[in-house]
Amino acid sequence: MPSQPKISIRDLTFSYHGASRPALNGITLDIQANEITVIFGPAQSGTSTLLRLLNRLNDLIEGTTMTGQILLDGQDIYAPGVNVVELRRRVGMVFALPIPLPATVRENITYGPRLSGVQDRHRLEEIVERSLRAAALWDEVKDRLDEPANALSGGQQQRLCLARVLALEPEVILLDNPTSGLDPLSTAKVEGSLQELKKNYTIVMVPHSIQQAARIADKAAFLLMGELVEHAPGGELFTRPRDKRTEDYITGRFG
Amino acid sequence: MSRQTSQRIAFALLTVAAVIVVVPIILVIIYIIIQGIGAINWEFLTAMPCHGMREGGILPAIVGTVVLTFGTAIASIPLAIGAAIYLAEYARDTWLTRLIRLAIINLAGIPSVVYGLFGLGLFVLFLNLGTSIIAGSLTLGLMTLPVVISTAEEAILSVPQSFRVVSISLGGTRWQTIRYQVLPQALPGILTGIILGLERAAGETAPILFTVAAFYLPRLPRSPFDQTMALPYHLYVISTQVPGMPIDVQYGTALVLLALVLSMNVVATLIRSHFRRRRQW
Repeated sequence: MPSQPKISIRDLTFSYHGASRPALNGITLDIQANEITVIFGPAQSGTSTLLRLLNRLNDLIEGTTMTGQILLDGQDIYAPGVNVVELRRRVGMVFALPIPLPATVRENITYGPRLSGVQDRHRLEEIVERSLRAAALWDEVKDRLDEPANALSGGQQQRLCLARVLALEPEVILLDNPTSGLDPLSTAKVEGSLQELKKNYTIVMVPHSIQQAARIADKAAFLLMGELVEHAPGGELFTRPRDKRTEDYITGRFG
Repeated sequence: MSRQTSQRIAFALLTVAAVIVVVPIILVIIYIIIQGIGAINWEFLTAMPCHGMREGGILPAIVGTVVLTFGTAIASIPLAIGAAIYLAEYARDTWLTRLIRLAIINLAGIPSVVYGLFGLGLFVLFLNLGTSIIAGSLTLGLMTLPVVISTAEEAILSVPQSFRVVSISLGGTRWQTIRYQVLPQALPGILTGIILGLERAAGETAPILFTVAAFYLPRLPRSPFDQTMALPYHLYVISTQVPGMPIDVQYGTALVLLALVLSMNVVATLIRSHFRRRRQW
């Protein structure tokens, strides 16, 4: 008997203001805990939109319409009275380009915990070390904690952004194409940390490429023009796709 | 005509335009320095005026202008920054916010003498503050609002949206995001707007004419309800109302006013470059 999914998306339809077709159309998808779920598809398929709905970042955009439900541990995250700030702590997000805050490495990590009221310096020190270790960055920056974060290399900055999210002790980590600006070596490091992190977290990721999706996916969901075409274990979807469109896309016939 | 030739002509014309803009300001400064430097000495800067302002110093006018500038700052800055944050971060595009923006633009266009009359009507008479530093500061503050609001809003909007999204996604509330990310990064621009606004206030005559300025009051102000002399009005008085006024005293006064305003400009530039060096993105 399968356990309750961590995230459950029910018949989700979402449109931006003035768009001719919905960005997402009738998506139903379960995301299991302690797995890496990869959501992929060509540009304009709605992958990033779906990701941003999972921690309600799309709330910042005006004029959108949404029907359907998104459940986190069985609770509707769009229900009235939901604490959105609390939700975003539980569901953290790493963006495509590393955006370090204009502050030191240490301050980037402690920003989130401080906002939630953690003051104790020892506690903050612990958080800094734990988060940086989990993001496989500690050894490289342990002597540079008080340097400006944008003095780090691009790959280090992206792992810093991951560490910054881990500092919140979230339950789910969303990654929106986190290796788009990274060299292959840094990409491998980020992918390596994700494999470690899934033991403790639920990971949902929009990948950089089909190859990356195939490398790291426990489960994979293929979106096309806002519709969910196929959702299956990674090994299956990338070797024996059931849908013709999935096969055409992953074999490079379009995309 | 070849493309290179027209490029050269355009470049020359643009250079001329830019130079013509600079020439008058330099001439004004040089002229006032030459005419006024003779009057500047320790007594002129630190003594009370005497003999119908023809002799002595201009200390009360200097102090008055400094006090009024601080008063203007207190009256306008909190309100202006609050309004700028509201407009930039919270206001949606509704008829109300459009009305507010329209009002701000129009406030900036109102002649300063109208502010003076309005201050007389509202602060001096209706609120019964009398001809006082408070009434003058409030009037100047009102006049300063639009320029500070506009520049502060501009500075806030120029903070990249990505920092807001990051802060929100790290569990920050809207206000925490503004307080810890947006305002620190917008601060240099906001300060520039404040100083530009105060500069204008420091040099204005018309708004203080009916609300605070004393024709001749050879002592320092004692309370916020006191009248005071002020440099711009004093300059107006000694240039037009006092027969037999030594010319170098007039230009000396103008020089002091100019120096005061320009030094605020220098401070603004220093603050900006200081923050720009600290900026880390």
